[in-house]
Amino acid sequence: MIVNRKPLTFWEKLYLPAIVGGFKVTIRHAVRSLFGGKTVTMEYPEQKWAVPADYRGAPYLVKDQDGNTKCVSCQLCEFVCPPKAIKIIPPGPAGRPADRSNAEKMPQEFEINMLRCIFCGLCQEVCPEEAIFLQKDYSLTGLSREEMIYDKEKLLALGGVHGGIQKWKQKLEEAKEQETFPVKV
Amino acid sequence: MSTTATTETKPAPPVIEKIKVKVDGREIEVPKLTADWSGKLTPTTMIQACEQAKTEVPHYCYHPKLPVAGNCRMCLVEFGTPALGPDRKPVTNPDGTPKIAKSPRPAIACATPISPGMEIYTNTPGVKQMREGVLEFLLINHPLDCPICDQAGECKLQEYSVDYGQSGSRFVEPKVHKPKAVDLGPRIVLDDERCILCTRCIRFSKDIAGDDALGIVNRGSYNTLTAYPGKVFDNNYTLNTVDICPVGALTSKDFRFQMRVWFLKETKSLCTSCATGCNIIVGSREEKVYRYTPRENDAVNACWMCDHGRLNYKWIGHKDRLKDVLVRGQKTAWTTALNEIADKLKAAPHGSVAIIASARQTNEELWLLKKLADKFGAMTDSVGRFGEGDKFLLNVDRNPNRTGARLIGICQANVGIKLRPIAEFIRAGKIKTLIVFGEDATKNGIDAELLGKLDTLIVSGILPNETTKRAHYLLPGCAHVEKRGTFTNIKGRVQKFMKAVEAPGDARPEWEFLHDLVYNVTGQNGFLTIEGLFNEMAKDVPAFSGLTWAGLGDTGVTVPI
Repeated sequence: MIVNRKPLTFWEKLYLPAIVGGFKVTIRHAVRSLFGGKTVTMEYPEQKWAVPADYRGAPYLVKDQDGNTKCVSCQLCEFVCPPKAIKIIPPGPAGRPADRSNAEKMPQEFEINMLRCIFCGLCQEVCPEEAIFLQKDYSLTGLSREEMIYDKEKLLALGGVHGGIQKWKQKLEEAKEQETFPVKV
Repeated sequence: MSTTATTETKPAPPVIEKIKVKVDGREIEVPKLTADWSGKLTPTTMIQACEQAKTEVPHYCYHPKLPVAGNCRMCLVEFGTPALGPDRKPVTNPDGTPKIAKSPRPAIACATPISPGMEIYTNTPGVKQMREGVLEFLLINHPLDCPICDQAGECKLQEYSVDYGQSGSRFVEPKVHKPKAVDLGPRIVLDDERCILCTRCIRFSKDIAGDDALGIVNRGSYNTLTAYPGKVFDNNYTLNTVDICPVGALTSKDFRFQMRVWFLKETKSLCTSCATGCNIIVGSREEKVYRYTPRENDAVNACWMCDHGRLNYKWIGHKDRLKDVLVRGQKTAWTTALNEIADKLKAAPHGSVAIIASARQTNEELWLLKKLADKFGAMTDSVGRFGEGDKFLLNVDRNPNRTGARLIGICQANVGIKLRPIAEFIRAGKIKTLIVFGEDATKNGIDAELLGKLDTLIVSGILPNETTKRAHYLLPGCAHVEKRGTFTNIKGRVQKFMKAVEAPGDARPEWEFLHDLVYNVTGQNGFLTIEGLFNEMAKDVPAFSGLTWAGLGDTGVTVPI
């Protein structure tokens, strides 16, 4: 499509009216922020934006209300992660026992390379255990690339507690109730 | 104990009458009789006919290499047979086609024999509903363990639920809880909650492995798979039950929580732990081997492999692997080392060289070594490796390629018979150059003192030993999963294997640098690819005549031995 440019009028060709108009805006804002108390800038990073409730920031691991690691290292997030930012080392047969005994496993190591992460939220969406959530942090800094690879301890510390239905606990209670049933193996 | 699984040369198959059946409206011709799990000819079943028609019928308890149990009901299909009139003659439709009397009840495809003119319907609304119903019942007590279950990703219950099941569960009552993480034996963990009671493992243990160790106890919802009280499930074939378990009830302790199966790259390969040469799939990820699983080859191992071979892979990623080309202890580049070796060998007088090859090397590598040996009139031999065998798959000969070494002329039928003469000649100072591939000479009569008398000791190996320590030229080699090649098994089956992972450090496949060496020494050129090399070898070695790399296929070719 070709758009025909309208030729400038004499008044427009002078440019001065536009410059004056620009100054008017600048001075209006200067007066407002100096005397009207209406600042348009903020003292970042001391001050930060309040991000919206559905904001997608950095993904962190969370614990349940009993302080147990929720992740069971099913590695679905590692599989789904588009930039391959997540690396999980499963516990193996001789790994540390899981926090919740009947969940049987939890990751030996869980790393997110925050330089690679694109905050897309697929890990949160795919997680069957509600163990990883995109939180509000958007400004992650570090002095080296290694520092930007967050390990399990760091992710859990940053993630905090996110309660839920605690299906493993329920399952354990359900199984305990059935122990009194006459039929035993 | 089934011996038919390893039948190498089958007798001429009897002529079997063929009958016509229709699967979902498509007419196919299938033999009236088909060999069952034990090799006996039995009437062809509907599921076998559907398989030949390339129509998938979902099933749990049916396994082509196991006796039919017919307990899971997943393979229910509808069918009809030609209607017969009161005169026992087929009734025809007005257009002349035979009238089909549709059976009022469905039948399990795994145990119902076909009859001429039968029509099988696998896709009707009724069949779909039945599958949905069966799956709903199976899932009533099945725990939602998928995130922590090692079977996830290769679980038939997952797959069929997606393909044929319902999206939601209507079951609101508590599930029946059964024992979890039961220690069934040294290599097996059992999760009874996940078991769908198909009894494949029981039938395998009883009829194939010949160790009737498993059974189901308790009634109704409390049906529980267990080992016979006081008996440990520890025969040499236990891990096959993990493969055939359609769900995650039986899992391998070795593979437990190691890696999710969907990450594993699957490479067709061979087991090298004995001379049977079971076909396997190597599961690897990021240059690490995680597991071996058997690959079907009816001429060798059917669907099975032994635990001994399956767990013998950890040496591949060992931290001590030889990674550097060393010339008298100094790290060197491949070309420098190979040129130096070639110069030394060219200057060696006739008869002053001996070669100890390994029956763990591939046919191609042995053939290249044989070419070197022919050039110098060198004595060659290999090292025997024997252990206890069993009547099923594990062979007494623990070398994967002794037959190949013999056919190529590296060793005699009596392997290792020339090791003593080689030692004597070294002592006498007649042999000045020794080439050792993949074996420890010091453990085979040529001790450190004798090695010290040599002018040149060329060693290629994978893991360090006393011989590699004393090598003047040390050439790091590859494990079989790091290269391609062929082995000849004890019964003369030439089979090829593919590369799964990269070799560590500077290590190179032996056939690659042997080819360079042969070229440098003898001037014979040719085959920069394994395909070309194999084809060249097949032309040269009478036993392999007529073979081609491509012609080997995935399951190999048997040569007369």
